[in-house]
Amino acid sequence: MKDLNEEQQERAAGLKGLGCSRKRVEDARFTQGKGNYVDDIKMPGMLHGDFVRSPYAHARVKSINTDAAMALDGVVAVLTAKDLEPLSLHWMPTLAGDKQMVLADGKVLFQGQEVAFVVARDRFIAADAVELVEVEYEELPVIVNPFEALQSDVVLREDLAGQTEGAHGPRKHHNHIFTWEVGEKDATEQVLGDAEVVAEETVYYHRTHPCPLETCGAVASMDKVNGKLTVWGTFQAPHVVRTVASLLSGIEEHNIRVVSPDIGGGFGNKVGVYPGYVCAIVASIVTGVPVKWIEDRMENLMSTAFARDYWMTGKISATKEGKITGLHCHVTADHGAFDACADPTKFPAGFMNICTGSYDIPTAYLAVDGVYTNKAPGGVSYRCSFRVTEAAYFIERMIEVLAIELNMDAAELRRINFIKKEQFPYQSALGWEYDSGDYHTAWDKALKAVDYEGLRKEQADRVEAFKRGETRKLMGVGLSFFTEIVGAGPVKNCDILGMGMFDSCEIRIHPTGSAIARLGTISQGQGHATTFAQILASEIGISADSITIEEGDTDTAPYGLGTYGSRSTPVAGAATALAGRKIRAKAQMIAAYLLEVHDNDLEWDVDRFVVKGAPERFKTMKEIAYAAYNQAIPGVEPGLEAVSYYDPPNMTYPFGAYVCVMDIDVDTGVQEIRKFYALDDCGTRINPMIIEGQVHGGLTEALAVALGQEIAYDDMGNVKTGTFMDFFLPTAWEVPNYITDHTVTPSPHHPIGAKGVGESPHVGGVPCFSNAVNDAFRAFGLRHTHMPHDHWRIWQTANRLGLHD
Amino acid sequence: MSNKMHIKMTVNGKAEEFLAEPRELLIYTLRERLNVTGPHIGCETSHCGACTVTLNGKSVKACTLFVAQADGAELTTIEGLGTPDSLHVLQEAFREHHGLQCGYCTPGMITRASKLLEENPTPTEEEVRFGMAGNMCRCTGYQNIVKSILAAAAEMNAAKEAAQ
Repeated sequence: MKDLNEEQQERAAGLKGLGCSRKRVEDARFTQGKGNYVDDIKMPGMLHGDFVRSPYAHARVKSINTDAAMALDGVVAVLTAKDLEPLSLHWMPTLAGDKQMVLADGKVLFQGQEVAFVVARDRFIAADAVELVEVEYEELPVIVNPFEALQSDVVLREDLAGQTEGAHGPRKHHNHIFTWEVGEKDATEQVLGDAEVVAEETVYYHRTHPCPLETCGAVASMDKVNGKLTVWGTFQAPHVVRTVASLLSGIEEHNIRVVSPDIGGGFGNKVGVYPGYVCAIVASIVTGVPVKWIEDRMENLMSTAFARDYWMTGKISATKEGKITGLHCHVTADHGAFDACADPTKFPAGFMNICTGSYDIPTAYLAVDGVYTNKAPGGVSYRCSFRVTEAAYFIERMIEVLAIELNMDAAELRRINFIKKEQFPYQSALGWEYDSGDYHTAWDKALKAVDYEGLRKEQADRVEAFKRGETRKLMGVGLSFFTEIVGAGPVKNCDILGMGMFDSCEIRIHPTGSAIARLGTISQGQGHATTFAQILASEIGISADSITIEEGDTDTAPYGLGTYGSRSTPVAGAATALAGRKIRAKAQMIAAYLLEVHDNDLEWDVDRFVVKGAPERFKTMKEIAYAAYNQAIPGVEPGLEAVSYYDPPNMTYPFGAYVCVMDIDVDTGVQEIRKFYALDDCGTRINPMIIEGQVHGGLTEALAVALGQEIAYDDMGNVKTGTFMDFFLPTAWEVPNYITDHTVTPSPHHPIGAKGVGESPHVGGVPCFSNAVNDAFRAFGLRHTHMPHDHWRIWQTANRLGLHD
Repeated sequence: MSNKMHIKMTVNGKAEEFLAEPRELLIYTLRERLNVTGPHIGCETSHCGACTVTLNGKSVKACTLFVAQADGAELTTIEGLGTPDSLHVLQEAFREHHGLQCGYCTPGMITRASKLLEENPTPTEEEVRFGMAGNMCRCTGYQNIVKSILAAAAEMNAAKEAAQ
């Protein structure tokens, strides 16, 4: 870009375009209580649905008696699998090529599974009726451990009995789902066999839940007069929901309108299609009136969209000097009762093959075995791209373990293995092409900012003081350097249910020079209405304040695959920039006509086209917009609109360097975060204020996961963490202030060089917090301890290491 | 039905009178009966604070109060704090300092913060963090919420001083 003079800079600043910490346009309604979330939608005659759920994790359903419930005043219907079967809706396909029960068909496979759907005049009557539905169960043996599942004679999925081929290849056992392999097995084993040093560790990334503050829900309204179905709901991918609804219901797609209103956080929870949505739709079709279904918090935690539950066994080899030579990873992936992971079709373990991380590892192999257990289905990407947090956690723990094995400083070990700046675009051993990066610069900046050497010295002094009995607090220095893979993705290898993962933007410029743009994505708090207008402002020279952004209504927005996996900026953001460039190209023709010069005699100048060499002769975008509607221009259609569907040539690869300094009281297990420094490189920065906010939020969700948040089961398959009493969500009291920083390495293939940032802090944060805890005990012989590092578990670690003796 | 109670309450300065089952939860009274949808439901166990309203001068969580307990009460919700033409200082501050993202916790958060600043007009950061610990946010990591509240406190105090 050319340097702008002062006058041009002033005009550019007025646009509030790229790089401006523009205040959010969404905030006026949210701060005044005027958001419009799904539970705020009310329609005349609307009924309320509620589920009868299984108290057992594995049981045969012997009978369901709905008589008493139906007899209750105000109850309109009680649906069971038998009612859905004639419509072929008692089961539904999952995004992962499996199928799942909508309502219990003969048996239940996890605690909280949907058994019957009660429809009543209000929520209270529905809740009463749920209690009146009599279900007779016969308990079956429960398996909550995936390793046990692969040994057990108990067949969890009787519907798949005898099927040796699944959606992703052969099944080795009746509770096995798939094996997914990437990389070179033999070559990796050879490298490991010949290596000077090999470090091995099993790293469990526990089951947790995205848990947005707003639970999932929907309002379905079947208009029998016009044959139109409208569904409002908590959908991170409304267009895909429309397609799925059409395929499942047989209603033609043009007769279905899906709307995502304001969404109270998603974090992956609202990508999937849940039985509640299907039942609300069926209930509306059956009753002919709108039906609302809103899950409560316990239902949300028990039944919709868990995340993680990966048992990752790694071997990493290196020379004595610390140069990594090979990486071997095997994952046993607990998918619960149905394989309902929300990954691109060809990636049953998501992008777990980004597990070579930020390091130049010449040889690697990854195998993932998916397994059924008696737990809830899900496997969504909780604030990360598909399984990327698992991959980052794995490699960042393996690096730490290798550092212990080598008796090396973990920061130095990272430095000597980073992919070098000149190696980009870099082909990883597990098949990705990293677009751009400058890891050494970021790392050096981070270590300097925290005075890394000083921290290590202080830590060593603390260990000595501890040994002398002068303190009971240890100090951990947590490091992480992560590379994300986001912005799925190229249609050639990324699709969901066959729909290519492109995204879209459609722009209309109004005659008076303001605009509306609609996208295929949907904000859940990321501030799209603010930032996409900024992208466009810089492209077309209309102030962001004069551009309305709309998303989420499938009747008006162009088709897109939605918002998750940090794909909005990399994909829809690119579509926005390119649609803007189409507008500009047409505007140039109009300006040329108005100025009576050739198109090529004009140049773009912030918000106008100027005749080259004659700066006093120009037409502003506002003037051009008006001309587009009121002049008959030969060879140019009236109007000023454009649409762009963007198929990205590659993913983007944001990265970052994080350092956490933690003090741990060995007698109570209480950890205190003294400092957290986060350097993020997300390429071109659209709105620094929003980026910083995303980083704060992602780090806090990382803190939660690393230090206590889990979905835990007992041996009977009972969910032990079904409310906020047990499921850890940090409050303001438990969260530190974070120091944010950045470098800027633009993506070479993205139209504006942006990479996406929303999930980076979570991906980098989880290993950073965990590494801090592990590091605090390194001097006392600890290699690895599993998350979540709550006070009790930290105390146990200290105890096991003899620190209470 | 015979078990309905005659309830009176004032919500954001407006007198309301209706018959309700005593078990009706206050949050549903507000949201469904009175169409006051600013307060939200996040957990129904008093943990998250999305439903926070002010009842007779105290911050309460409307999801775990029966409407019967609010009979005769004076209630303020986010809708009663400011108007589009004259926003509450906190409403301005949350926007200015990016103290919200998805907006779901925001009505409860601001309503609670308004009480906090009445209880303690000059809080330290620690006091803000402690005083807001009953309100959960999944998006912001609280850093900018705390910043917003401290900024609002400073502004309110400056305005008070200027008026004296």
